[in-house]
Amino acid sequence: MAAIAGKGGPATALVELTDIVKVYTLGEVEVRALDGVSLTVGAGEFVAVMGPSGSGKSTLMNIVGCLDRPTSGRYVLDGIDASGLDKNERAEVRNAKIGFVFQNFNLLARTTAVENVELPLLYSDRLSTARERRERAMAMLARVGLEGREGHRPSQLSGGQQQRVAIARALVTDPAILLADEPTGNLDSRVSEEIMAILQELNAQGRTVIAITHERDIAQFAGREVTFRDGRIVADQPVTDRRIARRAGRKENAA
Amino acid sequence: MNVGWMRVANIVKVGLQSIARNKMRSALTMLGIVIGVACVIAMVAVASGASRSIQAQIDALGTNFLMIFPGTTTSSGARMFSGSSNLSVEDAAAIRADCPSVAYVSATSRTSAQVVAGELNWATQIQGVDVDFTFIRSWNMSEGDFFTDSDVRGATKVAVLGRTVSDALFPAGDAVGSTIRIKNVPFRVVGVLEKKGGSTMGQDQDDAIVAPYTTVMKRLEGRSRVGMILAAASSPYRVDEAKSEIDLLLRQRHRIGPGQDADFMIRSQEEMASTAAASSKTLSVLLGSVAAISLLVGGIGIMNIMLVSVTERTREIGIRMAIGAKGRHVLAQFLLEAVVLSVVGGIVGIALGVGASELIARYAGWPVALGAGPIFMAFGFAALIGIFFGFYPARRAAALDPIDALRFE
Repeated sequence: MAAIAGKGGPATALVELTDIVKVYTLGEVEVRALDGVSLTVGAGEFVAVMGPSGSGKSTLMNIVGCLDRPTSGRYVLDGIDASGLDKNERAEVRNAKIGFVFQNFNLLARTTAVENVELPLLYSDRLSTARERRERAMAMLARVGLEGREGHRPSQLSGGQQQRVAIARALVTDPAILLADEPTGNLDSRVSEEIMAILQELNAQGRTVIAITHERDIAQFAGREVTFRDGRIVADQPVTDRRIARRAGRKENAA
Repeated sequence: MNVGWMRVANIVKVGLQSIARNKMRSALTMLGIVIGVACVIAMVAVASGASRSIQAQIDALGTNFLMIFPGTTTSSGARMFSGSSNLSVEDAAAIRADCPSVAYVSATSRTSAQVVAGELNWATQIQGVDVDFTFIRSWNMSEGDFFTDSDVRGATKVAVLGRTVSDALFPAGDAVGSTIRIKNVPFRVVGVLEKKGGSTMGQDQDDAIVAPYTTVMKRLEGRSRVGMILAAASSPYRVDEAKSEIDLLLRQRHRIGPGQDADFMIRSQEEMASTAAASSKTLSVLLGSVAAISLLVGGIGIMNIMLVSVTERTREIGIRMAIGAKGRHVLAQFLLEAVVLSVVGGIVGIALGVGASELIARYAGWPVALGAGPIFMAFGFAALIGIFFGFYPARRAAALDPIDALRFE
């Protein structure tokens, strides 16, 4: 279990982006959202992707998350060439290899926490019985400290709790990477730290985490910091002043 | 294989969850189909009930039954209804005497009047008939006797009451032997007919008074021509023979050549049955198409709601796709929702339609006939509507791009 690895550290590359270009055509204007990006993330790394809005970090996240395809370049995810996959194959890869955590949580409304966590399993054929799925989802909720809140709906949970449900959902298929897009963007600093504590803890247990953020103090919780500007990587270095997030008593009252 | 079925079960689960999450909307969406299916079932039940009862009544006339109506006259090439009847008492007598295939004949004359008995009165129909009437209509007496041949010959003022008239004028049941006044003419009641029940389109057959046709013509109407002649063939197999014998005889008597249009019409029970069948078929088609349109409107309602639902749940679709749902999963989910809505709506509609038919039968007194055919048809149609109108919205949902869907506010 590699804990925190710096640039070029681990032997097994999980994410391998080579010369990725993404061009959007807006009317007659061509926008090069990614302009020849090469990036390798090894297993067990915790990478923060930094950059102002419009720098290409969201486009990168879409490509790494197999939501989108690069215009050119090669993307290998966990040994699979993901750059040439069709829509359905990408859906399968997303289901099996990637756990998404979004800024606005993206939980299904009017759906209980445990049902939300079970959702990815409904599109997978790894756990076939309802009971197995339920047990697995319960275990994931317990892992993010939400025992006893399994039957709550998103509207009955605080922002931090909702994001923890989202993390549990991302983990339920045991993905190769956890892809977090501004995971603390809608949370106050105290709750943000708790979310980062969970991500750090998961990373310490061997999970590869890629977090996109524009906040320097959030990036400080990661092990490596990649900075984007105008569709290119302008900096890629280990975090030197790394902070360890505190997970306040693992309990939080519903807001 | 097992894994494949598991996925189907999951999709079903997902679809049902979505319906359960939007109970109010699901219920309103179903309402269109519920009303449509209920309409189809109730309408078809009413239409086929009506046609069945008409059919039953015509059947009850007996398969030997023949009616001879006064018809058109031709004068200088212009065909028209003759206004006054051109059938005479002698025509009826001639049919009786000269047509070997005819067993019974009755000249008839109809009128309607307000009938008075003591303090009570009742508006009803007076049917002037001959003594053969009870045989032609196979109608028995419940009290007293039918009038006799000498009553007919003497135009005696005697009357036989239908059950409804007897109940209305003589609640105590002392009709026989009493006197009633029809158009101020006193009639002695000699008998009461037994209850015939059943009615053609709401017409009560027991609401009638039967008297000798001679009496009705002379004392009440002052007419010398008969309204219509009823006849019965000696057996169901001799109806056609009887018909041609009557035709030949009346043409002779009315001096109408073989190629010319007759000034009378002969209708057998079979012909009346097929005319009634044709008109009740028209009724069924009419009611059925009104109901089918309401079912179609229900289907469009489903499509409308499903389209709104797809737009409203764009984000949900994005989330599902991000975590691994394929286009066909989303398609199946929305299609399944539409089908479940229409099938459940169909089931509720069947219950409602059957209930409505029962209520119509009980309170409006209309005859209804519920068959398994229309029920299965309405149900299958509802399911098809779900698939048909659910497909387009479902395909739109499945074609969404996950990135755009996730960004959708």
